Amino acid sequence: MTIRKKTRNTSLAKRSWQKFIQNRMAILGLIGLVLIIAACLAAPLLTNYDPTLIDPSIRGLSPSREHLLGTDRLGRDIFARILYGGRWSIMIGVIAAMGANLLGAALGCIAGYYGGKVDSVLVSIQEMLSIFPGTLINMLCIGFMGKSVRNLLLIFTFTGWPGVMRIVRGRILSLKQEPYVESCRANGIGGMSIMFHHLLPNTLGPIIVNSTMNVAGYILSEAALSYLGLGVPDNVPTWGNIINAAKRLDIVQTLPMLWLAPAAAICLFVLSINFFGDGLRDALDPSSK
Amino acid sequence: MAEQREKLLSIRHLTMEYQPNRRLFEAKKPSVKAVSDVSLDIYAGETFGVVGESGCGKTTLGKCIVRLLKPTAGELFFNDGGEMKDLLRLDKKTSFALRQKIQIVFQDPYASLNPVHTIQEAFDEPMRVHGIGGGSREKRTEIIANALTRVNLQPDYMYRYPHEFSGGQRQRICVAKALVMEPRLIICDEPVSALDVSIQAQLLNLMRKLQRETGVTFFFIAHDLSVVQYMSDRIAVMYLGHVVELADAGDLYARPLHPYTQALLSAVPVPVLQAKKERIVLKGDVPSPMDPPTGCPFHPRCANCMEKCKTEKPELHEVEAGHFVACHLYQQHT
Repeated sequence: MTIRKKTRNTSLAKRSWQKFIQNRMAILGLIGLVLIIAACLAAPLLTNYDPTLIDPSIRGLSPSREHLLGTDRLGRDIFARILYGGRWSIMIGVIAAMGANLLGAALGCIAGYYGGKVDSVLVSIQEMLSIFPGTLINMLCIGFMGKSVRNLLLIFTFTGWPGVMRIVRGRILSLKQEPYVESCRANGIGGMSIMFHHLLPNTLGPIIVNSTMNVAGYILSEAALSYLGLGVPDNVPTWGNIINAAKRLDIVQTLPMLWLAPAAAICLFVLSINFFGDGLRDALDPSSK
Repeated sequence: MAEQREKLLSIRHLTMEYQPNRRLFEAKKPSVKAVSDVSLDIYAGETFGVVGESGCGKTTLGKCIVRLLKPTAGELFFNDGGEMKDLLRLDKKTSFALRQKIQIVFQDPYASLNPVHTIQEAFDEPMRVHGIGGGSREKRTEIIANALTRVNLQPDYMYRYPHEFSGGQRQRICVAKALVMEPRLIICDEPVSALDVSIQAQLLNLMRKLQRETGVTFFFIAHDLSVVQYMSDRIAVMYLGHVVELADAGDLYARPLHPYTQALLSAVPVPVLQAKKERIVLKGDVPSPMDPPTGCPFHPRCANCMEKCKTEKPELHEVEAGHFVACHLYQQHT
């Protein structure tokens, strides 16, 4: 018997995509994201300056044709630092969000599906992490572990999972009562398959949305920590680290580009990703038409 | 007559008690006895109907049989190749293997299929874990195609997602999904109550046809009395977790003995104009299963309640050949 496998345009992904492209703000966000990421990736094509090269002869220049956004107090080109810094900032945001959401989703699945003691323990840990001020916990951890990009990613991952864990756990709690799950259990299909093959795909929408929002959140967290001097090491240009150079009041006044430009980059990126995330949420929500 | 047939499932003193979750420092809450001391025999090839109103424990009973719930007490003997095995006390391997032989079809066709999986994916996994089709994917796909054809659906529908089907189609898919497992017993938990009346008849006829072809046994749970009458060979009436009456379908409808069954049947609408029918209206509500009445569970609402009923629980016993009833009114006849 030959049965042709038909690919029909009513699959869930296609339907969501059609919903997404009707949302103008979401498309705007997507375009913003693509432009910023492309500019950061294409940094060597857009500028000839090395973002870390210290040149005392050109300290504190105002924007000019050679230095589009001027230079900082060590003579580094700000435009180059923002492009290269975007690479680090976005990478930190994306990897930290992925780490925290993968961990949170897995823990949420286990807590929601198995319930009982496992659930109580995981929920308690989650609550303890949630009631602690996030910035404080990050600062303490950095203080103990030392400044490095790897440490920062680890800290974001291990302190960032409670949010998504709550979302996934809640969804799993209601989904596991569904007849299609009971039908699996009646057939003796194992917990791992039920959790990760049957239940998790049904929570993918909220996880994806949460992840995109988290990318923005982690970029802001990184910027905040770096501004306080507790983020990434000084030699790594990130958007937060660039602003860190503008801590003194006289610099804030005399070199406005030093903080205005990276702040604008952060704002634009976070705004774009939030519009994009909102659009995704509406598109992936099966109850919205 | 039924006695000569092969027993497929023997339920013995099955009790299912739900223990409410108790939080720290909270007073102990009473447990809910959803099914209490039910004993039934189900014969191979028959359709065994179970009726009763919402909350009487019929779905719980079904879920205990497919082992979605672990009963608090009792035995479930299943005929595995002539040998009666207690499903609740089996080694892991046999227990898993026997799951294939008992399938379930749920009430809600919209929630019975995972929205993220195609029909083929939904069918394939249980077949794969139980080794149906000899572990060959092509063979399994062929079996799925055949099963869909048997429920009057096109084979290439297997690559579609559940949301592309109507309720009736989905329920046919669910029946096909149960059938590909080559079960001996299918628990049908109100399979038609979510469907339009015209679609109900279509599905019921289809199920009867499939039963003739495969010899599968149906454990048919419903609250629609006409549907149960149409489908069943024998019927058990449940009230508050107890089986109050058990008889051949024709017998039960012609001469209901238990006062509850009489009231229940008097509520069936008759499709004849001006048909005068005496309606027995029960007073009060079903008592809370958290606080069941002493003696006969039906006594607070029974018109024929005697002193004995308030203290002593009547046992199910055979009043006539094949007609069992749990009521003190008929005690003297035996």
